[in-house]
Amino acid sequence: MVAYLIRRLINAVLTLLVVTLVTFGIFFMVPKLTGSDPALLYIGKTADKVAVEGIREKMGLSDPILVQYGKFLKGIVAGRDYANGPDVQHCDAPCLGYSFKTEQEVTPLLMDDLPVTLSLALGAAILWLIGGVTAGVISALRKGSIPDRAVMFIALAGVSLPIYFTGLLSKQIFVNWLGWLPEGNYVPFLESPSEWFIQMLLPWITLAFLFAATYARLTRANMLETLGEDYIRTARAKGLTERIVIGKHALRSGLTPIVTIFGLDLGALLGGAVLTEAVFNLRGLGYQALQAIRGNDLPVILGVTMIAAFFIVIANLVVDLVYSAIDPRVRLG
Amino acid sequence: MSENLLEVTGLQKHFPITKGLFKRQVGAVRAVDGIDLTVQAGETLGLVGESGCGKSTAGRLFTRILEPTGGKIVFEGQDISHRNMAQLRPLRRDVQMIFQDPYSSLNPRHTIGTIISAPLQIQNIPTPQGLKKAVQELLELVGLNPEHYNRYPHEFSGGQRQRIGIARALALRPKLIIADEPVSALDVSIQAQVVNLLEDLQSEFDLTYVFIAHDLSVVRHISDRVAVMYLGKVMEIANRDDLYKNPRHPYTVALMSAVPVPDPVRRDRAQRNRVLLTGDVPSPINPPSGCRFRTRCWKAQDICATEEPPLVTRLDDPASHLTACHFPVVDDEAVTGRTPAAAPA
Amino acid sequence: MSRPFLEVKDLNVRFETDDGIVQAVTDSSFSLEAGKTLGIVGESGSGKSVTSLALLGLHRTRSNAKVTGEIWLDEQELVSASDADVRGLRGGKMSMIFQDPLSAMHPYFTVGSQIVEAYRVHHPGVNKKVARERAIDMLARVGIPQPARRFNDYAHQFSGGMRQRAMIAMALVNDPKLLIADEPTTALDVTVQAQILDLIRDLQAEFGSAVIMITHDLGVVAELADEVLVMYGGKVIEKGPTIDLFQRPQHPYTWGLLGSMPRLDREVRDRLIPVKGSPPSLINLPSGCAFHPRCPYAGRNGDRSFTEVPVLTGGVHSVACHMPPEERNRLFQEDIAPNL
Ligand SMILES: Nc1ncnc2c1ncn2[C@@H]1O[C@H](COP(=O)(O)OP(=O)(O)OP(=O)(O)O)[C@@H](O)[C@H]1O
Ligand SMILES: Nc1ncnc2c1ncn2[C@@H]1O[C@H](COP(=O)(O)OP(=O)(O)OP(=O)(O)O)[C@@H](O)[C@H]1O
Ligand code: SF4
Ligand code: SF4
Ligand SMILES: [Mg+2]
Ligand SMILES: [Mg+2]
Repeated sequence: MVAYLIRRLINAVLTLLVVTLVTFGIFFMVPKLTGSDPALLYIGKTADKVAVEGIREKMGLSDPILVQYGKFLKGIVAGRDYANGPDVQHCDAPCLGYSFKTEQEVTPLLMDDLPVTLSLALGAAILWLIGGVTAGVISALRKGSIPDRAVMFIALAGVSLPIYFTGLLSKQIFVNWLGWLPEGNYVPFLESPSEWFIQMLLPWITLAFLFAATYARLTRANMLETLGEDYIRTARAKGLTERIVIGKHALRSGLTPIVTIFGLDLGALLGGAVLTEAVFNLRGLGYQALQAIRGNDLPVILGVTMIAAFFIVIANLVVDLVYSAIDPRVRLG
Repeated sequence: MSENLLEVTGLQKHFPITKGLFKRQVGAVRAVDGIDLTVQAGETLGLVGESGCGKSTAGRLFTRILEPTGGKIVFEGQDISHRNMAQLRPLRRDVQMIFQDPYSSLNPRHTIGTIISAPLQIQNIPTPQGLKKAVQELLELVGLNPEHYNRYPHEFSGGQRQRIGIARALALRPKLIIADEPVSALDVSIQAQVVNLLEDLQSEFDLTYVFIAHDLSVVRHISDRVAVMYLGKVMEIANRDDLYKNPRHPYTVALMSAVPVPDPVRRDRAQRNRVLLTGDVPSPINPPSGCRFRTRCWKAQDICATEEPPLVTRLDDPASHLTACHFPVVDDEAVTGRTPAAAPA
Repeated sequence: MSRPFLEVKDLNVRFETDDGIVQAVTDSSFSLEAGKTLGIVGESGSGKSVTSLALLGLHRTRSNAKVTGEIWLDEQELVSASDADVRGLRGGKMSMIFQDPLSAMHPYFTVGSQIVEAYRVHHPGVNKKVARERAIDMLARVGIPQPARRFNDYAHQFSGGMRQRAMIAMALVNDPKLLIADEPTTALDVTVQAQILDLIRDLQAEFGSAVIMITHDLGVVAELADEVLVMYGGKVIEKGPTIDLFQRPQHPYTWGLLGSMPRLDREVRDRLIPVKGSPPSLINLPSGCAFHPRCPYAGRNGDRSFTEVPVLTGGVHSVACHMPPEERNRLFQEDIAPNL
């Protein structure tokens, strides 16, 4: 088990390294190959030659690619210094460089946005996990009944309606027409937990609805498959009550695949839920990414990508570990 | 004696077991671990043994679906052991395989017409009477309704699907057919239909069969010669009647005595004469030293652990009867009882 | 008048499916005394498993299944009994072993804990430690080496034969009076099959349970059963004492089964004599005798074979066929027996 853990950890680190390589490659090589100049992107096309050279110097853009990549990596791990004329500007680890647009360090910039995304993703995740799985299990146990059909109908709607539609619609209904929820802005949890909660409620529900629909369908399918397994028949043949047959034997394996999907979905969301953030005016990572893309702000795009990749790799790792804890066939080979 | 269609010597197939990030090889499944045998033109060679002893792997080596790790496969005098895909093309016409599972070996999305004509098209075989007609003749040959040309596999029962598999194998008029448990998944009544069909086709087209199965009764019925495998090796090979009347290898004896006799009057005798092997088949990753059967053999002695018994003629057997055992079972030897609980490893 | 230990009367099981109603078991009646073994044979789809699941009341959880008739176990009627009553018997007074022991055990729980669970449902007062000891005892009893260590293993860590042993340990942990074994050795090698059959025989002698052995292998039946039931298309078409049934089989389908089978205890026959055609559809059973499309003698009885369902008649050895008994005997002696 320890060996497995170490192996998985090394694997995760290697994966992250590859991600840095690929993202770095794409973001810094592509402009080179296409003939556009990152330095120009930084200060704008109208700048004079000297200023551009200064930038190039400061960013180390004239170094060989490998050296640049090395510095970039070092920045992430140990921080790095930028020569800004005679001054030396220090950027703490994990350093993701400076925004082309605001000249701020990327890391703190993104760290400011992270709580918003975290709040959104975690809150929604709890909702959809509980809602989707419960609906799916009930549906499976009452296959063909009216509740089953209702759940599946709603789920179908949930999967097929895009988030800007459900988001804008719910905003229209609950904020504008019914006035139950305030039109508003993100309030940090530490400032006022109740305000935070009220503000997040609609985004949570909207985002969770989308995922819950998928999860309900998935859970139902998994549970139905599990209920048809031989070992469920064995459990019944032993004389176990239906409650134990379902609650212990069927759920245990019926929900295992959900763990995988859940981990990956959550990991991906933590890198920013672009549409939801946009609809509800939440300034999270997704929103930041959108801004950065609009403004060709390469370091920020790179930063968001790195954070997203980081979460996905971590989620993957956690999923694998949880999975091996659940399924002895994985653990014991 | 007729000519040898297929000759294998020292044939080996080791599947590597890899571990860790860098896929370091930490061992190998010795699925087939040095077998010597010949298949003569026109005969049926039965291949029996317990699950995992390497029967299917051997079959897939004979057809060169797998490439051997060691040893030699000679088909019609030509060494085909390490031929590449292109060089194997002519062989694919001459050697065909029939599989156990009539459900998974047919593509559910293709009509049986397409399935059966595929080998003809791949090999560019001219069909003067037209492709459809050729397929319909094949369907008729295996006892299916030629009208069912456009149906899909799921519309057929297990026995009928096995007939489709046979028709596909026959399409190229092969010389050798490797049948890997072709009747194991079928009910007895259907099994008998398919066995009869295979026999009819053999005499009609001068086919040679390697018939792989774990059912000793079916193998006895259909085979001219029989090879008994254990842990990747041939333990005994002989003409059918020699093997079933005078089994020499303790494993063959045990295997035969384990078959339930459908005669209730003789049940007590059958049970008394049964050799009950204890324990499980050892792992093919790490087979026992010397004789592989020794961990379950009631006749094992010290030499069995140190010296591997060669596959040769023993006692006063005919030259065609080969046994790999230091202490072959003599006629009328009392072999009752149970084997000791696992001999020292 | 006292009933036999197990008595099944006019059992019918049907399933409603999208394709139509599957009449899986029709008017099946049989009985079994304590300590005896009943063999049920028949080809795939003939209703063997459905019958055994009906005995355990396992169709109750399927909304599309309908079971009618009577099942008397030890003077208690089960078809009309409450769910809770039947559940109390399952795994206790009657238990079952399945064909594929790997898929029949939960992959995420240890083998030991699954046996403990089976014991504790029927012995609610017993603490974990006692139950664990009982489970280890049972594992030892069915011949699993180092049972205390293997207790903590998962099914996938066992070999096929060991898994079936563990399954048997689980089925026997509550000393059942009726053990149903549904093709317990079909997935196993002959050498392992011999071990398992031997084990079942020993355990039956020790516990005195009644055993129902379901199989499609007439050899297994001949070795184990006191009585045999031959099923075709969901119906019992012949039943009788094992020796009688093997020596004087009465139904043309039983002849077909015997003729299809290559046998090690006979000289090699030139040809097997298969039953022609393929098994009937249970949604649309052939009229009259369900076997008539495959029966070489169907025409001999006027059109009765095509129109009238034959009922099981005769004494201890009974058969469902319109052919007059004398003619059946003559046919068997003259045409069939010499070719077997
Ligand atoms: N592709 C493969 N990779 C690794 N191991 C393999 C592979 N194919 C087969 N084996 C192993 O080789 C051994 C022999 O397998 P094979 O399928 O030849 O046995 P078999 O005699 O046909 O058994 P069965 O009666 O179950 O079909 C087994 O231990 C099997 O697990
Ligand atoms: N839940 C179900 N719904 C619909 N049909 C079913 C159901 N269970 C069984 N059947 C049908 O009932 C028939 C009898 O099945 P059963 O499992 O009893 O056959 P069997 O004699 O045990 O065959 P085998 O030898 O293949 O195990 C089959 O045609 C099967 O398709
Ligand atoms: S060589 Fe020895 S161990 Fe092997 S089969 Fe013969 S007697 Fe048994
Ligand atoms: S009733 Fe007629 S069809 Fe049925 S088995 Fe008897 S002879 Fe054959
Ligand atoms: Mg095989
Ligand atoms: Mg069955």
